[in-house]
Amino acid sequence: MSAEKIKICEDLYDIMPPEYQDIVENATYGKEGRGWKDIGESKELIEQHSLCAGCPESIAFRYILASLPAPEDTVFVGSTGCTSLVFPMVAVHNIHSLFGNQNAIATGLKRALMVRHPDKVKDVVVLAGDGATVDIGLDMTMQSWFRQEKFTTICFDNELYANTGGQESGLMQKGFVSKMAPVGKLFDKVRLPEIAREAGCHYVVMMTSSKPNRVEKAIRNAVHVAREIGPTYIQIYTPCILEIGKQSMEGLDEMKDSEGIGGRFTYKEYVTDAAAALIKEMDDAEKAAKKAAREKAKAAAKA
Amino acid sequence: MNKKVIPEDRKIISSTHVKIGQKNQKDQVHTEPNEFFYGVERITKFFTGSEVIQSAIKVSHCDVMVAYPITPQSEAAALIGELFADGYIGDYFRGESEFAVMGQCAGAAFGGARVFTTTAGPGTLRAMENFPMWAGSRLPIQVCVTCRGVNSPLSIQPDTLEMSYLLETGMLIWHAETAQDLYDFILKGFIVAEQPDVHVPIAVCCDGFFVTHTKDTVDILPDDVCLPPYDPYKSPVPCMDMECPPVRMMRDPFIMKSNYIHYATHASWQQEIHAAVERSRKHTIPFLDGLIDIENGDRDILIIGSGTAVSQSREAIRLLELEGIKVGLIKIKTIRPFPHEEVREALKNAKTVFVPEFNIVGWLAREIKAIVPDNDKIIAGPHVAGGMTMPSEVIVVEVKTALGLNVEKIKM
Repeated sequence: MSAEKIKICEDLYDIMPPEYQDIVENATYGKEGRGWKDIGESKELIEQHSLCAGCPESIAFRYILASLPAPEDTVFVGSTGCTSLVFPMVAVHNIHSLFGNQNAIATGLKRALMVRHPDKVKDVVVLAGDGATVDIGLDMTMQSWFRQEKFTTICFDNELYANTGGQESGLMQKGFVSKMAPVGKLFDKVRLPEIAREAGCHYVVMMTSSKPNRVEKAIRNAVHVAREIGPTYIQIYTPCILEIGKQSMEGLDEMKDSEGIGGRFTYKEYVTDAAAALIKEMDDAEKAAKKAAREKAKAAAKA
Repeated sequence: MNKKVIPEDRKIISSTHVKIGQKNQKDQVHTEPNEFFYGVERITKFFTGSEVIQSAIKVSHCDVMVAYPITPQSEAAALIGELFADGYIGDYFRGESEFAVMGQCAGAAFGGARVFTTTAGPGTLRAMENFPMWAGSRLPIQVCVTCRGVNSPLSIQPDTLEMSYLLETGMLIWHAETAQDLYDFILKGFIVAEQPDVHVPIAVCCDGFFVTHTKDTVDILPDDVCLPPYDPYKSPVPCMDMECPPVRMMRDPFIMKSNYIHYATHASWQQEIHAAVERSRKHTIPFLDGLIDIENGDRDILIIGSGTAVSQSREAIRLLELEGIKVGLIKIKTIRPFPHEEVREALKNAKTVFVPEFNIVGWLAREIKAIVPDNDKIIAGPHVAGGMTMPSEVIVVEVKTALGLNVEKIKM
């Protein structure tokens, strides 16, 4: 989509909702090098949300939307759960259909967009919770990777079914006592990043959303690798503070505690050679652009 | 596409798509539907039902087809793969299960594609959660259902029980009797389902094996024409391709609120889906020459049915006529929308009505009994199930027994 398409016709400008005017005037559609630092500077692509106060998922959501390389040509596919409370208020197209079929939807969508818009790049990004990604939807998640479908899968891992009230999920840690795990979960946290690597993902990251620049980098890499090479997977710890008995201000600490050495969410990534080469190319180009900008600024200062 | 053009003899909705007259990637000319269905000279072929499905898709300008093996639709699904290899279809692949396939179809339709798939029996039931989702999302996907048994122990034989599960999904449901019906229903089904004031999915059903695996003469269109493309920007809901501005669809999320406004939103949405199914009548009636066909409808005894039960009844009626028993025949072509008025009117003067069916529950008889005031005259039968054929003689016996006539033992 060209950013022109969202411009409001002059005669109707005053009757459009202020949020829409704001999106047209101040959002970062079409902006080169957009990123998390735009948050607070320009209109975000997420308009409110009804998640719990302090929910780490909400901040991860904002970082991701701020980091998309081309939101004006990106379509999201969600699933049932807390994320489906946010998507209706997001200024990119997004699809909710059923619980667990998100990677099947994304497969059909990406292929249809390639058939219908052969001359344009349309990014498809799946964003779903751990229940949808790993439990009910695991076959469709993995099969899309086997088939080398060219889209990014993001899993908001809160280690339980949050929206239904904190039941055990496959990504829950072993021994954790929750609803439906009354004596503690009996088996290990499913190692989806390793499964993703083996199933054919070219870029896999396990992280928390405690560091926005890291989230930005992972999203940029994942979307570009998916666009050019094949499937990518990002698993982000977004603890459900409500269900693990934390206060609303404790989400960040929870993420930081879990990502230390030996923690459940210590940063790790798996990158294929092809993906590594592409990422290096992008990094080099970014560095060169920054250098050029610096020199230009210097030259301007001298003059 | 929605503009009404009424040639004097054919009152059907025509298309005003900008690509009419232009060629597609295979040099097929996008042809205006009036001309496509009634003007272009057809070629007579002797084809299996599976080949008929392939032939229809060949001229349908289909964007995406997703396949999965299950008897008796596997052959058709594989033949469409050959069309993809030849460049007639935008994309084609095998999904991993019917549940996933129907999701993949939905994804493609959300992205603005004309989508076709096929399934049968247990596959239909495995995919079931998707069908009301398709309807609720206003996706005009076409699924060809080649009916087979859904019972356990495992059966792959023909049986129409699975259609009863589809009745309240919000889809259009058409039931083809013959290969010719199947061919025309598939192509006309795309056009009706894609009308902006309908825009719901369609299940074109046929009886597995009896239609899919037998050969029949069928008049098909030449390969150098095809349907006009689907125009997703005339959809009543936004096409999810970021080519139109994203809108904030609701003030609050669509779930999680227990208040009257949310209940009302959902209720009115459902009402609209079912209203859209009813609205399809005005396009379907001219396209299919009515939702029902009547042969000798003024007779005291009538047989009413759908699918191949109609073919068997037609032969039974010939046998009965040899014995001087005159029976009329009503063929129901669309199960959804159900032809309430038409059936009520057609059965008004009949004294006895038989509903032969290829399933054990007699769901079609139930549908008919529910709308006819003097429904004690409706005899739900004969029924066969589990893959049995329905010899015409069985229908003859049913009729004669009900009339109190002597029935000779059927010699098998």
